[in-house]
Amino acid sequence: MTQLALVIDLNVCVGCHACVTSCKQWNTSGSAGPLTDDNPYAADPNGTFFNRVQTFEVGQYPATQTVHFPKSCLHCEDPPCVPVCPTGASYKRAEDGIVLVDYDKCIGCKYCSWACPYGAREFDEDRKVMTKCTLCVDRVTDKALPEAQRKPACVLACPSGARLFGDIHDPQSNVSVAITERGGYPLMPEWGTRPANHYLPRRRTQITLHAEDLQRQANPLKLDGKQPEPAHLEPGREDFAT
Amino acid sequence: MQPAFSVIFLTVLIGAGQGLFLALYACELAGFGAAAGERTLLAGGAAVALVLSALGLLASFFHLGHPERAWRAAAMWRTSWLSREVIALPLFMAGLFAWGLAHALGVPGTRWLGALAAVLCLALYVCTAMVYASVRFLQEWASPLTLVNYLLIGCASGSLLAAALASFAAPSLVEPLALAALLLTLAALIGRAAALLRNAGLKPRSTLQTAIGIKHPAIVQRAQGFMGGSFNTREFFHGSSAGVLRSVKWFFLAAGFVLPAAMLLALPPSGPVLLAAVLVQLAGLLAERWFFFAQANHPQNLYYQAIS
Repeated sequence: MTQLALVIDLNVCVGCHACVTSCKQWNTSGSAGPLTDDNPYAADPNGTFFNRVQTFEVGQYPATQTVHFPKSCLHCEDPPCVPVCPTGASYKRAEDGIVLVDYDKCIGCKYCSWACPYGAREFDEDRKVMTKCTLCVDRVTDKALPEAQRKPACVLACPSGARLFGDIHDPQSNVSVAITERGGYPLMPEWGTRPANHYLPRRRTQITLHAEDLQRQANPLKLDGKQPEPAHLEPGREDFAT
Repeated sequence: MQPAFSVIFLTVLIGAGQGLFLALYACELAGFGAAAGERTLLAGGAAVALVLSALGLLASFFHLGHPERAWRAAAMWRTSWLSREVIALPLFMAGLFAWGLAHALGVPGTRWLGALAAVLCLALYVCTAMVYASVRFLQEWASPLTLVNYLLIGCASGSLLAAALASFAAPSLVEPLALAALLLTLAALIGRAAALLRNAGLKPRSTLQTAIGIKHPAIVQRAQGFMGGSFNTREFFHGSSAGVLRSVKWFFLAAGFVLPAAMLLALPPSGPVLLAAVLVQLAGLLAERWFFFAQANHPQNLYYQAIS
C-alpha cells in the first residue's frame, strides 16, 4: 500500500514562506480552489491556507535556536477527522493515503476540525466548506506532467530543499531513508493518529579545528629557516616587501 | 473552543423537550391520563416538547455552512455520532408526535407508542452527548460525565417544565413533578460539579514539546505564520477573559441549579413560581452550555500562541 507524505527538514528550513505562497497560488487556481481571502489589502486581512510556517524560539537567550516550523495536514494513517464526518465528505484515499474533503458533499458543520488535534483544517468562510491540504493530488497524479514535476507545489518551491515528498511505506524511498537515517518523527504521537508526514530534527553543526590545520607543518618556506613564515597575527610578508 | 449559539440552543432546547416528554410519560405510566382532561395535558405537553425539539433542530441549521445539504448528514451513522444524532432527532420527534397525537385523538395503545418514543429519546440523549464526549482531543468533554450531565440536565429542566405545565391543567401532578424537578436539579448539580472538579485537575496530554517534537523545556512561539487571524484562531479560542469565564461559571451554577432548587424548596409550587423557576433555569442552562464549550481547550491552540 502506498502512503504519500511530506518529510520536513527542520534543520534547513529558513522560514521564507515560499511553500505557503506557492501552495496558495497552486491551490487557489487548481481543482481544489479557490482558496478565498477576505480583506486581503484592508484592515483585518484573512484567508484560507493549506500550509503555514510558524516560528518558535527554543532555549534561553543567548543559547537559543530559532526553529521555523511548516505546518500542514499530516495525512494521518489513522485520521481522526474522517470517521466523525457525518456525510462522508471527509475521506482517506485507499490508493495513496491522501486525506481529502469532497467539497460537494461537505455541509460545513466543522466537526472534523474539532477532531483534528493539529488544527490542520481551515473552514473557508466564503465557500462555506472545510478545506485542507490535498498534497497537491491534482499535481502528483497528473501523468501529463514530467516525472520531476509530479510533486506538491510546496516541495517544488522550497529553496533550501527542506521538503521531501514520497511514499513512506516504501522502505527504499527518499522519505523512508530520511526518516530512518535522520530520526524523522511524527507530531503529537500521544494521540495515536499515526501522522504520515514526518519532521527531521535539528542537527548539531560542529567542526573540530587542529593547530596543524591552521599552520601547515610541511610548509617549504619554513623548512630551510631562511625565510621564516610570519607567525600568526604578526606583520605579513607584504609588510617586508615595502 | 468558541461557543456557537446554534449548538447551545440545539442542545439546551432538545434536552428540555426530551426531559419534558420523559416526565409526562412517567406520569402516564404512573396511571395518569385516563380522563379526557388529563389526555389533553399529555397531548399539550407533547406539543410543547415537539416545539422545543423543532426550535433546537432549526437552531442547528444555523451551524451549517450548507444547510441545504443537511440531509447528507444521515449517511455515516456507522462511524459518526453526529450522523447518529441527525437520525435520532427526527425519529424521536416522530415518536413524540405519534404519542401526542394518540393522546389528542384518544386512541388506545399510547403506552406502547410512549415506550418507543422513550427509547428514541434516550438514544438521542446518548447521541447528543457522545458527539462531544467522543472527541478525545477535547479532554474536558471526553468523559462519561458529559453523558450523565446531558441526561440529568435535560431531565431536570424537562420535569420542571412539566410541573409548570401541570400547574395550569392538572394540579394533582404539580406536587410529584415539582419534587422530581427538585431531585433531578440537585442530581444535575452534583453531576455538573463533579465535571467541574474533574476538569479543574485535568493535565493536557499535548504540550508544545510534543506539538513540534522538540524536547526542550523552554520553547516559546514567536510567530504563528500570519497576523490577521484565521479559522484556527476564531473557532478554537473563546476570546473571553478568565474573569468572564469564572463569572459565567458561578452564574450557571446559581441560575441553572441552586436558584431553581431553592425556589422549589422554599416557595409553594404555584403556576407563577414554577414559570419563574423555568425561566431562571433556562437562562442558567444556556450559560452552562456556553461554559461547556468555552472551557474545552483544544490541543491545536498550542500552535497559535503568538501572532508575531
